[in-house]
Amino acid sequence: MSDVALAWSQYRLERRLFWRNPSAAFFNFVLPLLFLAAGGAILGSNQAQLAKLVPAIAGMSVMSTTFTALAYNIVFLRERGILKRIHGSPLPTISYFGGVAANAVTNTAMQIVIVVLVGKLIFGLPWPPEPGLLVLFVLVGVVCFAALGVAFAHVIPNFESTAAYVNAVFLPVVFVSFYVFDSASAPQFLRTIAEALPLYPLIHGLSGAMVTGTPASSLLDSLAVILIWGIFGIYVAVRGFTWEQRRS
Amino acid sequence: MSSSPAIEVRDLRKSYGEVEAVRGIDFHVARGEIYGMLGPNGAGKTSTVEILEGYRTRSSGSVSVLGHDPQARPRELRRRVGIVLQSSGIYSQVRVAEVVAHFAGFYPRPRDVDEVLELVGLQEKADERARALSGGQLRRLDLALALIGDPELIFLDEPTTGFDPEARRAAWETIRALQSLGMTVLLTTHYLEEAQALCDRVAIVKDGRVLAVGPPRELGVGAAHYTVAWREPGGELLVRETDDPTALLHELTGAALARGVRLEELAVTRPTLEDVYLELTADE
Repeated sequence: MSDVALAWSQYRLERRLFWRNPSAAFFNFVLPLLFLAAGGAILGSNQAQLAKLVPAIAGMSVMSTTFTALAYNIVFLRERGILKRIHGSPLPTISYFGGVAANAVTNTAMQIVIVVLVGKLIFGLPWPPEPGLLVLFVLVGVVCFAALGVAFAHVIPNFESTAAYVNAVFLPVVFVSFYVFDSASAPQFLRTIAEALPLYPLIHGLSGAMVTGTPASSLLDSLAVILIWGIFGIYVAVRGFTWEQRRS
Repeated sequence: MSSSPAIEVRDLRKSYGEVEAVRGIDFHVARGEIYGMLGPNGAGKTSTVEILEGYRTRSSGSVSVLGHDPQARPRELRRRVGIVLQSSGIYSQVRVAEVVAHFAGFYPRPRDVDEVLELVGLQEKADERARALSGGQLRRLDLALALIGDPELIFLDEPTTGFDPEARRAAWETIRALQSLGMTVLLTTHYLEEAQALCDRVAIVKDGRVLAVGPPRELGVGAAHYTVAWREPGGELLVRETDDPTALLHELTGAALARGVRLEELAVTRPTLEDVYLELTADE
């Protein structure tokens, strides 16, 4: 089989395994819906606020399906010895990670579709005015957060502490990004922090693509920040990668 | 090509920081041979095997596996070897036949999935999920995944550790079957009877060095002696060691016959692998 055919075979296995783990599949789809429902209940029919909620949840979905999911998966596979077994087989590294990444991207795409549909059908927002830009930001966001997730797995020493490590990053990043995105009166230092992290620029870009119809030319700063984080993520993911449990 | 050894190792050394785990190991494994590395835990067996498998880099020395340097991790080599690690996991939700078929796709000329499941004795578990398997069944799945690519050479790192005696004997049968399929086997073990039952040749390893190599039956014959023991008519048990038991027996039996007495409990024994092993691996 060619490297591409092997990646496809790995992707199909990952998808089958994903659906066989009902709790993971459930949370993957229900979590963004829960956030949208909670936000919708609080904001009522305030269209301006709902128009901010939808891209914010879309951005969070990108981060949870890639950064969070891959950090968990890689640590689990490494600590269980599955990565070591794969590494000893002739499966090319590129095919293996191609399949694993495509699996995460599929989850991202499904969540974005859910978020867009809820925005249109339940919150009564218009269809995204810049669908091409939406795809671009989702793609760049996926590459960035997937790489950061794999890179971050390197920091996590064992599977038991994965939740603590991941949430210590995920929750503050989501909080500061949502707050700065929502509140025009957010303190400047928080705004500076949020703008330097990858999630806020992603939400900003998704908002432009999904709600306000901002032209791509005025979102280049956001794109650049995500790309720089992505390059950093890829560098650390590749350089720091370990196939085996660390010997303690 | 096929007459060249499957594995050739010269003056292999491996250090982890200050600790020297492998201290100059030499050996070769012929094609079609079952070769055993026998030694206590921490002897350097796994370090050596993981260097041959391509998981670790060596500190110095030369290594050739099927004509390749495993350190460069050529895919061509990974297609021709099978690896059973000391411990490795598998996706808990995956079905037995499904994961074996998935791995079959990695190889240019895989064996038949059903045939491999039958060889390792998992044909009745083909549709079970991995999480439903017992420890011994998971170990057989490890072997199935290593065999599916129809390897020329298979590494077994402590393949039967934790098995009950019956399961161990069944595993030995399977390993012998691999040899009859033309595969070369390198296994590590700390069970003497496993080395004795399976291996064409055994290397006794301790503290990162090879202390002795040979067929299990001949190991140590040069170093130790024959032991001749008998009970004197007075009841005293006498033991003598000799390099030439023929002459000693002639002398003893001649004298006994002349005296008209019997040599009760007369026995000639050679040192067993266990004697050699215990003598070689004893801490000074």
